[in-house]
Amino acid sequence: MSLLLFLAQTVRIAVPYLFAAAGGALAERAGIVSLTLEGFMLGGAFGAVIGAHYTNSAWLGVLAGIAAGLMLGGLHAVASIRFRANQVVIGVAINLLAVGVTRFFLQLAFNSSSNSPRVTGFGATSGSTITALLQNPLVWLGVAVMPVMAYVVDRTPFGLRVRAAGEHPEAAASVGVRVERVRYAAVLASGALAALGGVYLALDQHQFTDSMTAGRGFIALAAVIFGRWQPLRAAVACLLFAAAETLQIQLQTVQLIPSQFVAMIPYLLTIIAVAGVVGRSTAPSALGRTDE
Amino acid sequence: MNARVRSTLEEAVLPPLVALAITLVVGDALILSYGQAPGTVWRLLLDGTWGNAYGIGQVLYKATTLTCTGLAVALSLRAGLFNIGAEGQLAAGGCAAAVMGLMLPAGVPWVIAVPLCVFAAFVAGGVVGAVPGVLRSRFGAHEVIVTIMVNFIVLALLNYVVSAKLHLPETLHTPAIHSGAIARLSGWIPALRGSAVNWTVVVAVLAALAVQWLLFRTRQGFELRATGLQPGAAEYAGVRVPRVWRNALVLSGALAGLGGVNFVLGYKGYYEDGFAGGAGFLGIAVALVGRNHPLGVLLAALFFATLSQGGLAINALVPKQMVEVLQGVVIIAVATAVPEVRRLLRTTLSRASSTPADSAGSTTGSEP
Repeated sequence: MSLLLFLAQTVRIAVPYLFAAAGGALAERAGIVSLTLEGFMLGGAFGAVIGAHYTNSAWLGVLAGIAAGLMLGGLHAVASIRFRANQVVIGVAINLLAVGVTRFFLQLAFNSSSNSPRVTGFGATSGSTITALLQNPLVWLGVAVMPVMAYVVDRTPFGLRVRAAGEHPEAAASVGVRVERVRYAAVLASGALAALGGVYLALDQHQFTDSMTAGRGFIALAAVIFGRWQPLRAAVACLLFAAAETLQIQLQTVQLIPSQFVAMIPYLLTIIAVAGVVGRSTAPSALGRTDE
Repeated sequence: MNARVRSTLEEAVLPPLVALAITLVVGDALILSYGQAPGTVWRLLLDGTWGNAYGIGQVLYKATTLTCTGLAVALSLRAGLFNIGAEGQLAAGGCAAAVMGLMLPAGVPWVIAVPLCVFAAFVAGGVVGAVPGVLRSRFGAHEVIVTIMVNFIVLALLNYVVSAKLHLPETLHTPAIHSGAIARLSGWIPALRGSAVNWTVVVAVLAALAVQWLLFRTRQGFELRATGLQPGAAEYAGVRVPRVWRNALVLSGALAGLGGVNFVLGYKGYYEDGFAGGAGFLGIAVALVGRNHPLGVLLAALFFATLSQGGLAINALVPKQMVEVLQGVVIIAVATAVPEVRRLLRTTLSRASSTPADSAGSTTGSEP
């Protein structure tokens, strides 16, 4: 297998992680816990398939997916910011809700408990992995999202406000930053971004299947934490996790290491990172604190 | 009405009422979206759960597992920590019980075999809980992150153990255990025939009583609650806070592990990959609605078990996935509305009586 194909395969797997981790990094930097990425992705995937199914347009599918992400993100934001509910509880609930809602409406819309009919997608359906990848605009967007996010967070006034809201909301408020508004914006954006990860998955597979995100939102969250809440580092983590997966798929025939052990890599690395064994990763200091 | 009675009422009555009201409203909307009459569907749900002995047995069976995971989450929250790894701990407990049951030769009397298997489940859950416990107490690693990550690791590991080492061909479950099976209640109450409820339900109730006693009648429990309310103050009063954290997470994991007994020893007689099926995550909902109180957990477990069994009962009219939506909605509603209503109540009442804000709500520091 050529190196080029390996890279292409890695990017293909990494794109959903990159979208979701970009959203996660933004929301967490603003001080809102992002256990919800998984639910956002699943909602986005379902929205995309509904949109693409009824309009037969991939782009309208993308918009519908983003709308689904914004709805779930809005729910997360209102519950966490307006009502100051515990963000971990809300995160778990939104993930459960996303599974339930997509299953319910899968039944309602397509009368199936497992999958939707085939929908349109981007790019040529035939041809090599690499050309299909290059023809998919979401791939380009996914590759660009992290550098853009790094620029936004580190170099723009909005990013400064986001960081202030996440590190020291009282101080930010005292100099006129509207902390709640910044957090609303960050959480809504994280909903839309993570949803794009799900949109990519669904349109890539040309259908929605029950619980199709299969924990990818948590891998993205792991990447954010492993990347110390910095977008570019998180992007590297996404690529690293995706490369491990690609390698595992390639080695499947050899049965060198059981696939389950490769699947553990992101989680193990994240635990090591938060335990501070090698270069401690520390969360934004106001993360999760809206209830005081 | 004095402050104490009022705060107890607020604590105990408000969350279930909110949960019930929201279930009904959102449920109605979902039922109508499917073109069915809400009244008919709700009646069917009640008939299929509390309307006959089989339904009651199934609800009790499901409530047994949820009680264990709910207690696990509630105990950790009382210590100010959030164990969201109950799913993996539950699965680990079930697997350990099955492995113990497989290692024991057939014919070991149940008085020996059952306690050994139950103990294995308890220990396995505790070991899984010890990972975040030790990382928290020793390195200050945030338990929410660690429990999520450990969850995935444990589930992958168990999947490996079962699929590569222990499974029966063509299945994802272990062979049947040789000894350690827990009898079903239908042997005692024939009307329950066919339902999966077994003596583990008694174990779960005893566990709730034990946690109740531990939390409110022992020094360790006092230290645990003090740590949860105000770790700094507890430390100042001489409590070894890191140790309390570690012990709380270990015990929390062990309680969740205990829940694995219900499926493995009491129902199927083998461990099956994925049997936990979200009961660990629902434990969070159970603890939330049960106000982190062991007896509240018992009632909340019955509520969520009713929903989940009820989903099967109404499946002919409305897809059973409706109850999954309701579970998520109930959690969000209780987490948002309950503090809000309480705040409202308090401001209205204190304005009415114009007394200084009393301490009615000050005991709720560990609430999620």
